[in-house]
Amino acid sequence: MTTEIVNTIAKQIAEKILKQPSRVIGADEPLISSGLIDSFSLVDLALFVEDTFGVRIEDSELNAATFDSLSQLAELIRSRQS
Amino acid sequence: MTTFSERLQSHLHQTPERVAVTLQFANLPDLPISYSQLLRGAQGFSASLKKEGIASGEVVLLILRHGEELIYSYFGVIIHGAIPSVMSFLTEKLSPERYRADLSTLISVTRPAAIVTYGEFVDEVREALKGGDSVRAVIVAESVPAEKVNISSWSGLKRKPEDIALLQHSSGTTGLQKGVALSHQAVFNQLDVYSKVLGLNEKDVIVSWLPLYHDMGLIAGFLLPILYGIPLVLMSPFDWVRAPYRLMQSVSKYKGTLSWLPNFAYNFCAQKIRDRHLEGVDLSTWRAVINCSEPVRWESHLAFQEKFQAYGLPENALHSSYAMAENVFAVTQSTLGSKPRVEVIEREAFMMERVVRDANDKASVTVMSSGHALPNVQIKIVDEKGNELPERVIGEIALKSDCMLTGYYNRPDATEKAFVDGWYVTGDYGFISGGEIFVSGRKKDMIIVGGKNVYPQDLEVLSYEVPGVHAGRSVAFGLFDEEQGTEEVVIIAEADSDVEAENQKIAELIRQHVTKNSAIALRHVKVVGPKWILKTSSGKTARSANKEKYLQELGRG
Repeated sequence: MTTEIVNTIAKQIAEKILKQPSRVIGADEPLISSGLIDSFSLVDLALFVEDTFGVRIEDSELNAATFDSLSQLAELIRSRQS
Repeated sequence: MTTFSERLQSHLHQTPERVAVTLQFANLPDLPISYSQLLRGAQGFSASLKKEGIASGEVVLLILRHGEELIYSYFGVIIHGAIPSVMSFLTEKLSPERYRADLSTLISVTRPAAIVTYGEFVDEVREALKGGDSVRAVIVAESVPAEKVNISSWSGLKRKPEDIALLQHSSGTTGLQKGVALSHQAVFNQLDVYSKVLGLNEKDVIVSWLPLYHDMGLIAGFLLPILYGIPLVLMSPFDWVRAPYRLMQSVSKYKGTLSWLPNFAYNFCAQKIRDRHLEGVDLSTWRAVINCSEPVRWESHLAFQEKFQAYGLPENALHSSYAMAENVFAVTQSTLGSKPRVEVIEREAFMMERVVRDANDKASVTVMSSGHALPNVQIKIVDEKGNELPERVIGEIALKSDCMLTGYYNRPDATEKAFVDGWYVTGDYGFISGGEIFVSGRKKDMIIVGGKNVYPQDLEVLSYEVPGVHAGRSVAFGLFDEEQGTEEVVIIAEADSDVEAENQKIAELIRQHVTKNSAIALRHVKVVGPKWILKTSSGKTARSANKEKYLQELGRG
């Protein structure tokens, strides 16, 4: 389940945000603190999560302290789905 | 003529309890600050600068985030008679080593006498200091208490209109070495005229999310309202970029009338705000949303209008301005009350002949005017030799005004280079049509990403630090991205081989390194084999020629 979430978001980030479809994003790779997802794209990520998983990520949560990797984000999503 | 301190004193006497600024924070109640509260906060900082022996006319660097401390310290420096300069705070993604190096660069050129920052950041700042440099005090912002206002202590009241009031820097190694120094007189000459052009009145409320280390934020979104008694609603750029709808909610809540935005923000707001965040929002008071600090796009205005007219955005609210820190701020402004003029011109003539002709039925490009020159600004379009060109011929924009910079601070060499026969040559290309200024491109190599100035040479130097890339063998340039309404940076670097897999790895390292060490997030990197990059006869990298080559390879030339 978590793997599925990770894969779905990884695909979205590589294709839509980075525009490098072949880019592999590791489940524990830093996303925000590394600048891989820049501040202009954080809102895209939040909107995608909301549309795809029916879970809201508040704008004040869009920072590395709340989640900085796909696995952490997937965990956050799962905890809100249940 | 007046000075900042005199103007603040008069607000304190006339309207001490009036709200000067309302600060907004995510998840916290709004914080209204009256003129008297603002100046009590400022008095505390002035006292602490005095205690540290900081003299009138010395530079004080402010390294603070959005918040009360930034505002109090800014005006504390002013009433103390010193010169404030705001440096952006370390962001989540920026490498602390790079930040320190940038800070050292700024200190070595600007020679500030003191730095104001947070307690948690003092060690970081001290790391950047060297024995024998100019910094005599590091003041911890949150430990400075407000004090009872004591106007007789204000050394700022002894400043003369021609004295330097403030410095303004853009980012990166190159930008930090060129602090624009502006006098009190220049700022008031600009703002007196600009406020008339805008028809500023007692019903106006300015709403801004722009950072104070940028001219648009500092002048239009901070000093103009506070010095001219127009209520300001100010939020953090970091909160806005994560929740762009906050701008609309604030305009609605405070009946905002004026805002300034870089072009990308029109696209950003039009694309990324959900209707559920706009429930009950009323934008009918918003009489001017002014597009400046990067090339203005008619398509961006259309997208913004279409998205927000359902929420009451007036028909003629979207405007344009051509602005730069060297002229304090605005050089031109589109006429309020009507839409900025748009011309549909012949693409071929525009690109190849550098002249402007109506397209009629030929392939066309739509260009939007930035309006008329301000009444105190003279503009001419010049050719390579400095000869003035007629209307509808593209050349470099040169200007003259009574609100120009005093100089680049401690950089007489750079100041001298910027002027030719008393005219400031902007490095921007444009043309005049029907008396209005259209900005069409850039002679200088600077890239503007989301309103932020980025110097390609800084990015190229960063790429040389990546193993596998040799000095002098990469090139950076900007490419306009239609969807985002701003430029994206492209870096091309030569590697020793043509092995694709190896070069992919180098590309990824360049992306990571440049992103960690600059203000931008780098996406487009192409690593090529030897001898790809075009050089001029003198061995310099020709950025525009390499951009052409890149576009041709993409089939977009």
